[in-house]
Amino acid sequence: MSSLLDIKGLVTSFDTDSGPVRAVDGVSFSVEKGKTVGVVGESGCGKTVTAMSIIDLLPKPSGNVLEGEINFKGRDLRNVSNEEMRKIRGGEIGVIFQEPMAALNPVHRIGKQLVEILGIHENLSARAALQKAVQLLDAVGIPAPEKRISSYPHELSGGMRQRVMIAIALACEPDLLIADEPTTALDVTVQAQILELIESMQQKLGMAVLMITHDLGVIAQNCDEVVVMYAGRVVERAPVGSIFANPRHAYTKGLLSSIPRIDSERKSVLTTIPGQVASIQDFVAGCRFCQRMERHDVLAPSHRPEFREIAPGHWVETCPQCFLA
Amino acid sequence: MNEDTATPLLKIENLRQHFPIRGGVMMRQIAAVKAVDGVSFEIGVGETLGLVGESGCGKSTLGKAAVRLLDPTSGQISFKGHDITHMKQGKIRPFRQDFQMVFQDPAESLDARMAVGELVAEPLIIQGIGNRASRQARVAELLERVGLPQNAAGKFPFEFSGGQRQRIGIARALALNPELLVLDEPVSALDVSVQSQVMNLLLELQRDFNMSYLFIAHDLAVVKHMSDRIAVMYLGKIVELAPADEIYRNPRHAYTKALLSAIPSPDPTAKKERVVLEGDVPSPIDPPAGCAFGHRVNHPRYEESIGLDLPFTEVAPGHWVQQCPCCCD
Repeated sequence: MSSLLDIKGLVTSFDTDSGPVRAVDGVSFSVEKGKTVGVVGESGCGKTVTAMSIIDLLPKPSGNVLEGEINFKGRDLRNVSNEEMRKIRGGEIGVIFQEPMAALNPVHRIGKQLVEILGIHENLSARAALQKAVQLLDAVGIPAPEKRISSYPHELSGGMRQRVMIAIALACEPDLLIADEPTTALDVTVQAQILELIESMQQKLGMAVLMITHDLGVIAQNCDEVVVMYAGRVVERAPVGSIFANPRHAYTKGLLSSIPRIDSERKSVLTTIPGQVASIQDFVAGCRFCQRMERHDVLAPSHRPEFREIAPGHWVETCPQCFLA
Repeated sequence: MNEDTATPLLKIENLRQHFPIRGGVMMRQIAAVKAVDGVSFEIGVGETLGLVGESGCGKSTLGKAAVRLLDPTSGQISFKGHDITHMKQGKIRPFRQDFQMVFQDPAESLDARMAVGELVAEPLIIQGIGNRASRQARVAELLERVGLPQNAAGKFPFEFSGGQRQRIGIARALALNPELLVLDEPVSALDVSVQSQVMNLLLELQRDFNMSYLFIAHDLAVVKHMSDRIAVMYLGKIVELAPADEIYRNPRHAYTKALLSAIPSPDPTAKKERVVLEGDVPSPIDPPAGCAFGHRVNHPRYEESIGLDLPFTEVAPGHWVQQCPCCCD
């Protein structure tokens, strides 16, 4: 069975003043039809760059995909023309961003922004598009949609704006929704509303979701599979149950044990991961978590650990120090 | 929480902090944002009071008002028994040694053009403490205490990561040996692995110096971990206040319950029992006439709360709830 999205060996580089840096360095994972895959990791680990590489929204000309394949429904997205990519983006792949205020156009009414995408992808008449826009706003739970359609983004609350973003992303019933930190800027009660909405729309449309987040709670409650990224690479990838019950990479384990939990003892010392992520210019070719832990003696720092399937569907970067056998 | 008899370190009574909205030709006040609207609590010596609530509920304003970075509209703030509510700048300055604040985003709250050594020494200079040499020694001591390298003093904030910058903010707040720290979302901008480092540091400092914390955050698991007691704020008012374990075990107000159930548990086997709330928080400019939360959730008994003066009462030892016909058990 071939996956909806299959990424193999993706390398994305940015040109900087101090030379090119590889923000994404050989990332592989896949997303099955109708499933939710979570990508988790700390800021700067390459989660967003991975997502933006898929839909060709990297800042140009500094950002470029150098290597790898991005197979989506049997096509390599690296080889499609700009015109085709424009059809895929918004048509077959919907995107929602973290900050809806930055992603929506502040000088246009939200109705116009919805009608615009319907015009591009669906070839509807103006009247039909407007009608569909009202239906979409209604579907994402915006009260009084026929009135709200003539609101400007600044007139809506953060949660309502994110609903508009979702309505736009889902307007053309995509096969894949890329959600880049969709609830990070929102309060918990609104976050619950938005996650519920994404889930119900997913069931209705049978679409797959690539959920980028740093919140392990969101991962645990909303994803089928998890991709753990560290310093531009995937260190572990597994079904959500295995990641939480049986993490096999030291970084995943460290991440899971460093979050305070509601049922942990108050004011007790939390487990921490010492140090911090190296800056991108200093990334070694070898195991980057060893680099953080200042373990220099183990392997030649030039030796990249093999990313291996250790159990069905459970992939780990098998550094002799960080792989928990 | 240990003493009923002794004076609490900080005591806040019926505090209101309103911000005027001006308009018209004469720029007269036409309305007010009721950011904090009648709040009372106490913080004991060595105690942490956690303050949770959603954005815009007034928790940061309350934090700033508590340490007199604002001029309160009404109510009373007492620090170690002294009424500091309306104290003038000159008179309050000696008190400022005793209460300091740490902000959410150290990148914004630290002057980018000052070296770390100057930043940490600045409170000492303002209070006229020590000479150049003794201040330098104190800076070195503080940097070590918060886990920064000694050469940090000569560097600038941009040369540090987010977690390290927060350590600089903490060192600066500690410079005057304060008794109370107001921590406004001190770990919200940090990644999880760094967040736990800073939380451990704060817990350690509290143990070593017996400081009191007002810990403001929106992450309920973080607040629970740090706090002895927790106050839940909604639209300018505290709706529930109780010992930390008690409030999680036995929440009484519907808003607290909704807030707790909305946290996604980092355990895929945990069953989702979310109370998904409808609607948004009402505007603090024109708050609903009755119970603000009952209004939001369209509670069938909301009407009964209109016009009532909703009392804040103790329903169990140390467990306070805002009483209304709609939202509490």
